[in-house]
Amino acid sequence: MNAQTGELALQAKGITKRFPGVLANDNVDLTLRRGEILALLGENGAGKSTLMNVVYGLYRPDEGEVFVKGRRVRLENPRDAIALGIGMVHQHFQLVPVMTVAENVILGAEVTRAGGILDQRAAAKSVGELSRQYGLEVDPTATVGELPVGTQQRVEIIKALYRHADVLILDEPTAVLTPQEAQELFRIMRDLAEQGVSIIFITHKLKEVLAVADRIMVMRAGQMVGETTPEQSTEQSLASMMVGREVLLRVEKQPASPGEPVLQVEQLVAFDERHHRVVDGVSFEVRAGEVLGIAGVQGNGQTELVEVLTGLRPAAGGGFQIDGKAFRKPTPRQVTGAGAAHIPENRQRYGMVLPYTVAENMVLNRYYRAPFTRTLVLDHRAIKSHAAALVQEFDVRTPSLDTPGGNLSGGNQQKMVVAREIGRPVRLLIAAQPTRGLDVGSIEFIHRRIVEQRDAGVAVLLVSAELDEIRLLADRIAVMYKGRILATVSAQAATREQLGLLMAGIKDKSESAGESDDADRALAAL
Amino acid sequence: MNSLVLIAVLRSTLRQSTPITLGALSGLFCERVGVINIAIEGMMLTAAYMGYMTNVWTGNLILAVIVAVLSGGLMALLHAWLSIHFKVDQIISGTVINILAVGLTGYFYQPGTVTKGKLQSVAVPVLTDIPIIGDVFFDNGPLTYAAVVLVFAVNIILFRTRWGLRMRAVGEHPRAADTLGINVFAMRYINVVIGGMLAGLGGAYLTLEAVGSFERLMTNGRGFISLAAMIFGKWTPFGGWAAALLFGAANAVQTQIQFSGDVTIPHQFIGMLPYVLTVIVLAGFVGRARPPAAIGRPYETE
Ligand SMILES: Nc1ncnc2c1ncn2[C@@H]1O[C@H](COP(=O)(O)OP(=O)(O)OP(=O)(O)O)[C@@H](O)[C@H]1O
Ligand SMILES: [Mg+2]
Repeated sequence: MNAQTGELALQAKGITKRFPGVLANDNVDLTLRRGEILALLGENGAGKSTLMNVVYGLYRPDEGEVFVKGRRVRLENPRDAIALGIGMVHQHFQLVPVMTVAENVILGAEVTRAGGILDQRAAAKSVGELSRQYGLEVDPTATVGELPVGTQQRVEIIKALYRHADVLILDEPTAVLTPQEAQELFRIMRDLAEQGVSIIFITHKLKEVLAVADRIMVMRAGQMVGETTPEQSTEQSLASMMVGREVLLRVEKQPASPGEPVLQVEQLVAFDERHHRVVDGVSFEVRAGEVLGIAGVQGNGQTELVEVLTGLRPAAGGGFQIDGKAFRKPTPRQVTGAGAAHIPENRQRYGMVLPYTVAENMVLNRYYRAPFTRTLVLDHRAIKSHAAALVQEFDVRTPSLDTPGGNLSGGNQQKMVVAREIGRPVRLLIAAQPTRGLDVGSIEFIHRRIVEQRDAGVAVLLVSAELDEIRLLADRIAVMYKGRILATVSAQAATREQLGLLMAGIKDKSESAGESDDADRALAAL
Repeated sequence: MNSLVLIAVLRSTLRQSTPITLGALSGLFCERVGVINIAIEGMMLTAAYMGYMTNVWTGNLILAVIVAVLSGGLMALLHAWLSIHFKVDQIISGTVINILAVGLTGYFYQPGTVTKGKLQSVAVPVLTDIPIIGDVFFDNGPLTYAAVVLVFAVNIILFRTRWGLRMRAVGEHPRAADTLGINVFAMRYINVVIGGMLAGLGGAYLTLEAVGSFERLMTNGRGFISLAAMIFGKWTPFGGWAAALLFGAANAVQTQIQFSGDVTIPHQFIGMLPYVLTVIVLAGFVGRARPPAAIGRPYETE
C-alpha cells in the first residue's frame, strides 16, 4: 500500500472492542481510499458489523483511533459520524415499522416549512424520485412494517442515498435482494464511487465481491487477516481465506423420491394490511421427501403466503392441509403442533426474542412441552443441555448459553433460529430466506441439512430471493407473480432465463395457450 | 330537561374535563417518547399546591400559574432524571413522585390560608351570544380555553412537525432514531419535562380557576383518570380529549342527579358513575390500542 493519508477517506487504527466474553475486534486496522469500493469479508461473528458500528459512532472502541479524511476524530454517537459525512445501511434494519416509507427516509433530515412543519408532499415526492432514479421501486406512502423484507431493504438503501454521504457503509445490503436488484445496487455503487463516494460493502456472496469490489479485506475471529483484490482471487480462494479451510461451494444431492402429500394448499386467498388481494387463489402441494421452491420477485405474495401457512395471517379464502389435517385460520401453535417448522424471513421480528438468552430462544417453539416444562415449571437444566447440543451441532458462535440472543452477530442469530427449527423431528419445513446473512461455510452446512431433511422424508417449502439457492435445493420450482402461481417447473429442466421470464410475469407462449393476454403482450414487446 | 339544565350540564362537562384533558396531553408527551408517566397525579398535585401558595403569598394569578407550570416541570425533571439518566424503572420512578407529592403538599399545607381570588371567566365577544353554544364554549376561564387550544396544538406538533416525527420515532424505535443522528436522551428529557408542565397546568386549573383553594389530595385520582383517557384515546390528542369529555360528562350528570335530589339510589353509587364508566369504556371499547413500542424501556446505547 502506497496510498498517502491525504487520499484516505477513512482509516481505523488498532481498533479493539470487547463485549462480555468476546473480543469482537482485536487491534484491527482498516483503510478506505477516496472513491473506492472496499469489500469487507469474514465469517459470521468475525467482527465486521462491530467494526462498522465503531466507525459509525454506535459503539465506542476500547482502544484505537479513527481518522476521517486524514483527521483524527472522536465519534461519540452517530450524530458525530453523520456530521463527518458517514452514512450506513445497517445489517438489521433501523426502520420505524409504524411509519411510512417517506417518514422513515426523511427522519433526522427532514424537509420543513416555517415553524418546523413537515412538508409531507415534498418528502413523498423526493423519496419517489429517488426510488425511480435508482430503480429501487417502493411506494413512499406505504407503512414500513407491512412491507416484505426485500422492500424494507430498498427503503434502507434509499435512506442512505437520501443523505448524500461521502463515506457509505453497506452492511449486507444484498442479503435479501434478488440478483437483479443486487445488480442495480452495484450500478448505483459504481456511479457513486465515480463521483468520489467511498464505499465499504459487506456481503457473504463471493460472486458479488468479485463483481463489484476494487479491493477486499478479510476478517477472521476479530482480526484483520488479509487483503487482496478481485483480480487475484477466486470464490474458492476467498472462501478459504475467510474460513481458514477449503469450502465446498456446491451441495451434492440425489434426485428426490417424493412420497405422499404433506402440505396441500387449495385456492388460498389472503389480503395484506392495505386490503390488497396479495395471495390470489394459490394451490399447490408439497410431498414428503421433496423440496418445492417458490421463486419470485419480492412482494409478489410470498411473504403473505408463508404467513398464512404458519398461522401468522388468517386466510381470507381457501385453506390448506398438513398431513390431512385441514386449517384455515390456525394459530401458530396449532401449525407447529401439526409438525411444521418455520424459518421466518425476518428473524428478529418473528424468529426470536432479542433479550432472551440463547438457551431460551432455542426452545421458543417447544418450551411448554416435556422435557422443557414439568408440571408448569420450566426445567432449565433440560433447556440448557438441549441448547448446548444445538449450538454445538449448528456451530452457533456465542460466548455462552446465557448471552442474550440479540447480542449475537447477525449470521449467528440466523443459525440459532435455523437450529431450533430444524433441530427437531418435523413433517414439514417452511423456510423463508433460510440462509439470509450466513457465511459460505454456514450456507453449505444449512443446505446440506435441508437436503438431509428432505431425504429423511420431510416436505420442504423453500422461499428465497436467491434464485441460485432455489435452483440448488428445489426439486420443483413454483414461480409466484402478483399473488398467483404462474407455473410450476421441474428444477432440472428449468433454465435461469426461463425462470427470469416467469418471475417477470411472462409465461412461455406454448404453455400459456393464450390464457394470459398480459403475458402475450409483454412477450411481444420484448 | 330544560335548556338551563342542559347548559349547566354541558358547562360542567367542559370544566370537569379540563384537568383530565391537560393530564392526558401530559401523559401523551411522555409516552410518545417512550417514558411511562404514572406520575401525572403527583405532578398535578404539586402544581396545584405551588400555584395556590403563590397566589396566597403574592395574589398574582399569572405568576401563580407560571409557578404551577414550572413546579410540574420540576417534578417531571426528577422523573426524567431517575428514569432516563439512572434508568430506574419508570413505574417506580413515577410512584416515587406520586408519594413525594402527597407527602410534601400534605406536610406544608397550612389550613386556613385564604386567597384574594381566582381566574375569572372571560366571555368571547359576539360568539358568546350564540344560543347554548355561546354559553357553553365561549364563557370560560382562561385555562379551559388553553386546554382546548393545546389539544389542537399538540395534534399539529405530533403529526405535522419535525419535532413530532422525531418524538414518535424515539418512542417507537429509539435505536433507529439514534442511527439517524437524533439525540434520544435529549428528546426524552425535553418531552418529559414538557409533559410535566402540562400536568402542572392541569394542577393550576384546579386551585386557580376551578376552586380557588387547596385541599390535601385534592387531585383525587384525576391524574390516573388522565392516564386512562390517554390510553382510551390511543395516544392521540383528540382521542384523549374525547375521553376526557366523556369522563367530564359522566361527572356532570352525576352532579346534576345528586343536586336534583329526587333519586333514591344512595349518592355513593351515583358518585361512582364516572369511574365505573371509565372502567367499562377502557375494558370494553378501546379495541386494540397499541402503545409506542419502546415504552417503559430505557435506551441502552451498546
Ligand atoms: N451488542 C453486543 N453485545 C455483546 N456482544 C456482541 C454485540 N455485538 C456483537 N457482539 C459479539 O461480537 C462478535 C462479532 O459480532 P459482529 O456482529 O461484529 O459479527 P459480523 O462479522 O458482523 O458477523 P455476521 O456476518 O454474522 O453479521 C460476535 O461474537 C458477537 O456475539
Ligand atoms: Mg454483521
